[in-house]
Amino acid sequence: MPEAKLMQGNEACTLGALTAGLSFFAGYPITPSTEIAELCSEELPKVGGKFIQMEDEIGSIAAIIGASLTGRKAMTATSGPGFSLMQELMGYAAISEVPIVVIDVQRVGPSTGMPTSLAQGDVMQARWGTHGDHPVVVLAPGNVRECFDLTIKAFNIAEEYRVPVVVLSDETIGHMREKVVLPELKSLTIVDRKAPAAPAGYLPYKADQDGGVPLMAPFGKGYRWHVTGLSHDETGFPTNKGDVAGALIQRLMRKVEKAEPLLRDYATESADDCDVLVLAFGSSAMSATSAVRQARAAGVKAGLFRPKTIWPFPEEPLRELASRVKRIIVPEMNLGQLVYEVERVVAGKAPVEKLSKVNCELFRPEEILASIMGGSK
Amino acid sequence: MSSGLDYFRQNRLPHIWCPGCGHGTVTGALTRTLAKLGIDKNNVVVVSGIGCSSRASGYLDFDTLHTAHGRAIAFATGIKLSRPELKVIVMTGDGDCTAIGGNHFIHAARRNVDITTIVMNNNNYGMTSGQYSPMTPTGMLGTTAPYGNVERPFDLANLAIASGATFVARGTSYHVQLLGEMIEKALLNPGFSVVEAVVGCPTYYGRKNKIGGAVELFNWQKDHAVNVKAAAAMAPEKLEGKFLIGELYNKAAPEFTAEYARLVEGVRRKFDDFQGGVRGCAQNSD
Repeated sequence: MPEAKLMQGNEACTLGALTAGLSFFAGYPITPSTEIAELCSEELPKVGGKFIQMEDEIGSIAAIIGASLTGRKAMTATSGPGFSLMQELMGYAAISEVPIVVIDVQRVGPSTGMPTSLAQGDVMQARWGTHGDHPVVVLAPGNVRECFDLTIKAFNIAEEYRVPVVVLSDETIGHMREKVVLPELKSLTIVDRKAPAAPAGYLPYKADQDGGVPLMAPFGKGYRWHVTGLSHDETGFPTNKGDVAGALIQRLMRKVEKAEPLLRDYATESADDCDVLVLAFGSSAMSATSAVRQARAAGVKAGLFRPKTIWPFPEEPLRELASRVKRIIVPEMNLGQLVYEVERVVAGKAPVEKLSKVNCELFRPEEILASIMGGSK
Repeated sequence: MSSGLDYFRQNRLPHIWCPGCGHGTVTGALTRTLAKLGIDKNNVVVVSGIGCSSRASGYLDFDTLHTAHGRAIAFATGIKLSRPELKVIVMTGDGDCTAIGGNHFIHAARRNVDITTIVMNNNNYGMTSGQYSPMTPTGMLGTTAPYGNVERPFDLANLAIASGATFVARGTSYHVQLLGEMIEKALLNPGFSVVEAVVGCPTYYGRKNKIGGAVELFNWQKDHAVNVKAAAAMAPEKLEGKFLIGELYNKAAPEFTAEYARLVEGVRRKFDDFQGGVRGCAQNSD
């Protein structure tokens, strides 16, 4: 039996990354994510990996894209201000299809905000932070064990689909310590990117137009291919042809759309027969779970829907539940971000209520319970 | 023996640079030098940023990475640290390297990471049609300096030296032979090497400042560049308004990726009884 350990969320993210095969980390110190960089600087040399503290967050994401191109699994970790700085190169990773993982341990914003306090204000930045249409996958752990599991999943998705993947943690999840039993290594699936067999005839961006993923050659192995942030054709060289550029964007977006049923990850509790559905992610979901249990104990049919894959949003299971419930409450530590996606998906099948909080303190279960018991405000 | 042309993706030529632009001359000096040194094409990565000069990467037959504006050196740092056995060359311009990319430039120099950085300095942003850059001399015109540039320019070589680069040189697209020699020394230096290549931009800088076209810009380089060896014997007043070319700095220092490899070796020796990976997780290696 694997032993139970007392572990912090940020530590679990790092261990998950190392388990997934992380061998290159570049980062810049920022609260509340810094433990991840510290632990990487300590552990990576032991396993022949590389760590570098760059001059800023832009340099950090640039360095991991460079390292990933040489065939390594590479990651950075940051928080809101640093995540904002990384956005241009999130788009670069998306268009050049270089697998990377970015852990964003959210804190209060905008700007410097409150570095050591809780918020969930980066939901939309994680999805739409860089300019232009682009694919991105965002995973939100709801406890320490999930920091481990979802970081592995993040690497697997990045490698399989050649997309940037964000692990959207938050100050509470990142700093909280919980008793964790890690899974047996043999039980885990670790995915590596698919590489071409030989350089002859290699077309680096040739793929099925319906969301296909091209084969990725590592730099330094004789393929001599070109990578650019410019719109390009299947040779990888820039194109000025609008239809070719358009087809590229369509394929990039389709990669994730098509994979959504496979990427989809969510948890429910007492949701099958509920009247009031609470939809929450990350640290808010811990309070929501407690609130739902208290409501049930008081005889109210409450249920929980907790997305772990936030983008792409798990539309189908929510839509199915929405047609059976009387109300949906969305507590989140911001003034309304994920709730708008919920409204779009639910499309009027049930009233959707926003429950916002931005005072830097985790929801108390009673606050969510009051909303469950009290009906529409 | 291979020729410089072997290092080009010949199916990507002709290039997009304007007639009289110096970027092709600098790129040719690089490929001839690589041919002279007999460097294996499969062992080279060329990284560039955004701008006219940064288009060079697409024409060269290596693994090539055309990155975002200002970030070439940061991407290159990731590549070099990941695979120190690769020869990593950055091709950039004065705006890309010293304005938006200035932070990465000084920190790569500070680390003395083994990257050869060739900065094509045409004193303006050519790609966006001639705005002033951090290397436009005071008083000169640009499309965003219609009354003359009021700012003071960087001296790139001094910036590189002060930041910790271990080989620093300057050449021009007129003094092509010297430029090749400087690139050769830069490629052979195990550390952060900077070669500033002064080039003409006849389309914008030359025309806007009424210096003239390609020929006049080459003549300007010929008339204003003084070899650093000759300058040593010249009176200061003779050097007024001139700029130095040749090897400006060459001093060995510990190289970052080699030092990191040494650190890893030491850590691994210490943990060589280490089984089953990090704190109970899977063991990873290169």
